[in-house]
Amino acid sequence: MNTFLVVLVVILAAVAIGQVVRVLELSSSVSGKDPNAVTDADNNRQGWYMMIFLVGMLAFFLWNTYDAWGTLLPKSASVHGAEIDKLMAISMVTIVLVFFVTQPLLFYFSFKYRGNSQRKATYVEHDNKLELLWTSVPAVVLAGLILYGLSTWNTIMFKAPAEDPIVVEIYAKQFGWNARYAGNDNQLGDAGVRNIAGANILGVDQNDSKSMDDVVTTELHLPVGKPVLFKFRAQDVIHSAYMPHFRLQMNCVPGSVTQFGFTPTVTTAEMRQDPHLQAKVENINAIRNGRGDEPYTFDYVLLCNKICGSAHYNMQMKIVVETEEEYNNWMREQKTFAQTL
Amino acid sequence: MDHKMIAKQFLITGMTMGLIGMVMSVLFRLQLAWPEQGFPILERLLGKWAPDGVMDPSIYLALVTIHGTIMVFFVLTAGLSGTFSNLLIPLQIGARDMASGFLNMLSYWFFFVSSVIMVISLFVTSGPASAGWTVYPPLSALPQAIPGSGLGMTLWLVSMTLFIVSSLLGGLNYIVTVLNLRTKGMSMTRLPLTIWAFMVTAILGVLSFPVLLSAALLLVFDRSMGTSFYLSDIFIGGQVLEHSGGSPVLFQHLFWFLGHPEVYIILLPALGITSEVIATNARKPIFGYRAMVGSILAIAFLSFIVWGHHMFVTGMNPFLGSVFTFTTLLIAIPSAVKAFNYITTLWKGNIRFTPAMLFSIALVSTFITGGLTGIILGDSALDINVHDTYFVVAHFHIVMGLSAIFGMFAGIYHWFPKMYGRRLNKSLGYMHFWLTFISAYGVFFPMHFLGMAGLPRRYYTNTAFPMFDDLADINVLISNFAILGAIAQVLFFFNFFYSMFRGPRSVQNPWKSNTLEWTTPVEHIHGNWPGEIPEVHRWAYDYSKPGMDEDFVPQTVPLQAGEPKGH
Repeated sequence: MNTFLVVLVVILAAVAIGQVVRVLELSSSVSGKDPNAVTDADNNRQGWYMMIFLVGMLAFFLWNTYDAWGTLLPKSASVHGAEIDKLMAISMVTIVLVFFVTQPLLFYFSFKYRGNSQRKATYVEHDNKLELLWTSVPAVVLAGLILYGLSTWNTIMFKAPAEDPIVVEIYAKQFGWNARYAGNDNQLGDAGVRNIAGANILGVDQNDSKSMDDVVTTELHLPVGKPVLFKFRAQDVIHSAYMPHFRLQMNCVPGSVTQFGFTPTVTTAEMRQDPHLQAKVENINAIRNGRGDEPYTFDYVLLCNKICGSAHYNMQMKIVVETEEEYNNWMREQKTFAQTL
Repeated sequence: MDHKMIAKQFLITGMTMGLIGMVMSVLFRLQLAWPEQGFPILERLLGKWAPDGVMDPSIYLALVTIHGTIMVFFVLTAGLSGTFSNLLIPLQIGARDMASGFLNMLSYWFFFVSSVIMVISLFVTSGPASAGWTVYPPLSALPQAIPGSGLGMTLWLVSMTLFIVSSLLGGLNYIVTVLNLRTKGMSMTRLPLTIWAFMVTAILGVLSFPVLLSAALLLVFDRSMGTSFYLSDIFIGGQVLEHSGGSPVLFQHLFWFLGHPEVYIILLPALGITSEVIATNARKPIFGYRAMVGSILAIAFLSFIVWGHHMFVTGMNPFLGSVFTFTTLLIAIPSAVKAFNYITTLWKGNIRFTPAMLFSIALVSTFITGGLTGIILGDSALDINVHDTYFVVAHFHIVMGLSAIFGMFAGIYHWFPKMYGRRLNKSLGYMHFWLTFISAYGVFFPMHFLGMAGLPRRYYTNTAFPMFDDLADINVLISNFAILGAIAQVLFFFNFFYSMFRGPRSVQNPWKSNTLEWTTPVEHIHGNWPGEIPEVHRWAYDYSKPGMDEDFVPQTVPLQAGEPKGH
């Protein structure tokens, strides 16, 4: 019955608008004018709307930036992340500048040259000098951004492997993460899905002598300032290991091992003292308090960032960056692979 | 079989699919802004997938998947290109019909069947395809991984295969028609920019869609014949699968070899339409015609060698990342040329703000805004941290989604009189435009900030991570704008169907335009011109030419004594 009423109301509303439109059109065609011809008054009005829109859009941009500033990620907690942030800042300033030049030009010209039946447009076909200008200027600016971007990319991806990085395997499956530390020999034992059985959920090869001292954990602990080499594996579908606070992301692809090397620079405890982050956490806790949720304490986190199934939205692992001493203490409490067998 | 009728069929089918895609987006925006809150409408529409009006995580993924598929392929590829290539190619080059009317008709019916199958897939028990519109295996290959990868995914593949057939038949026809059936005097450099855009789009489609077909076929083999093109070393549902030796990254290479040109298959027709609409309504020649053609060609060429920028973090060799960063950022140069040429066309014009013109100006605005964030995403180093976040969602919706849909609206408002012999209501058009434009920026602009806060896309809810709790307000704002934008489309649909039957009759050349389609009679006749096909004497952009009585000179008017030859 409700559905029927809703449908009825919609149909009646459509008929009503139709009749109003009809009446308006008929009344203006009686007066001999084409009701849908664009008049000077229309041009004037729409031209002004263009200007109002421009101001509104720029204001919305500024308000958005102001409003969302506190929600942005805190400073980078890794060596390469600081480079990425610098590159990001320079690129952002460039594009925001271009935005603030081109959008006003577009809408201002629309306004300034709004039509008038007394006037005629100026006939201009092309201007090679102008066109050369706006081909070459973007080319030069982009050349700069490309060179800077590529040099950053190369330092992240190709930098000489640090001597003795801590090797950690990040293992993804629907819908959770594990970490496997390489242990005392700092060499990961062989692994493959065909070895998965019982407690050996990562499929570590029991016949490989390098496996025995490996340590499988459900939290990721890292000592600050030490180079780390992540090796990524996935068990079922593609996942993506995303650690936004370290500006780090790499896909985990079934059938192959991907990697990413980096060095964390800020411990969890230090990051909790960061003023930007403190303000953000305070704000979050005000919101949570209003809803009656537990208060939130900041931790680094690993998220899945490649659609992987129905619980994709809740696939996380806590990351703790700590002093070397704390790290060693934690590691001593963990069981080696041999001990879990 | 008449090309004008086929154009209208493409349009109506595309609009219907667009309505479905849009409603889906509103449904998942309800979920994102107000998770855990029940909406009776969700239960009504989604049934068992939304118990008590709260949608299920799997159906959320299905909705975003089908929304993407429908919008990218069914609305902005077939709906946009199919409609306007069919309508305008014969009319604007001076041909009586397409080179092959029969292939053209087949192209539509393949599209129609493909649309029907895609809609049917929404009703299967295990749900429609849910692996994202990019259908990356293994997720899309294994029903154990997500229920939508069962029958729903099979139907998706069948539907897309038919779609590709449709696109190829149409594309070949467009290319042949433009190259061979131009009327006397219509040299390539006198073609309106619409036709250049449609032809280059068709070439892109013919070169890239077959690669998608091969990607889809290999996926079919992996799914049902036990091959291992994309699958290897998989443990799922408690057992190890037989597959060995394949690589899911191979699929991504094949997919994006189509996928990136596809972006321009969507965008170029919209830019072509905009060129025509802006020149006509600014009453000025399009600025830098040759540069515009050159930049279309440059963009088309580059679009084939940038696909890897979708894959910077797949673990492919970082050296490839460097190459793709370089080629990707190069696209900004021809794009900047186009943007500046549009702006300069407005300069010293005498702008008539028809709804079509407003949408075209809006297109230039979104093309710039979205293009600029492409400079961030195309940079491999920066992509690491914003890849697959809402920053990407904001970027591609603005640069490709909004620009293309605005181009499509501009085309509909501009050529409605040609299609139906009647006029759309102007005031409803204005209201539709402003509500759409405002809500479009309102939806997608704030998403950049969500992305920079590290929020991944395709999350059913953000409440699993307390660190995202402070983004809830922004999500509510976005959803409110999305609902406003959807309501605004009611004005458009009403205007469209009302005016189709009851709108005031149009005159032959309502916009005082130069191009050939306005020399045909208002009533459609098979063969387009009752007598001889007109001969063309000049380019399409002699607006406000000094020394002429009127501010437009149709292409059929011979050069006057003393008029320089020019184009």
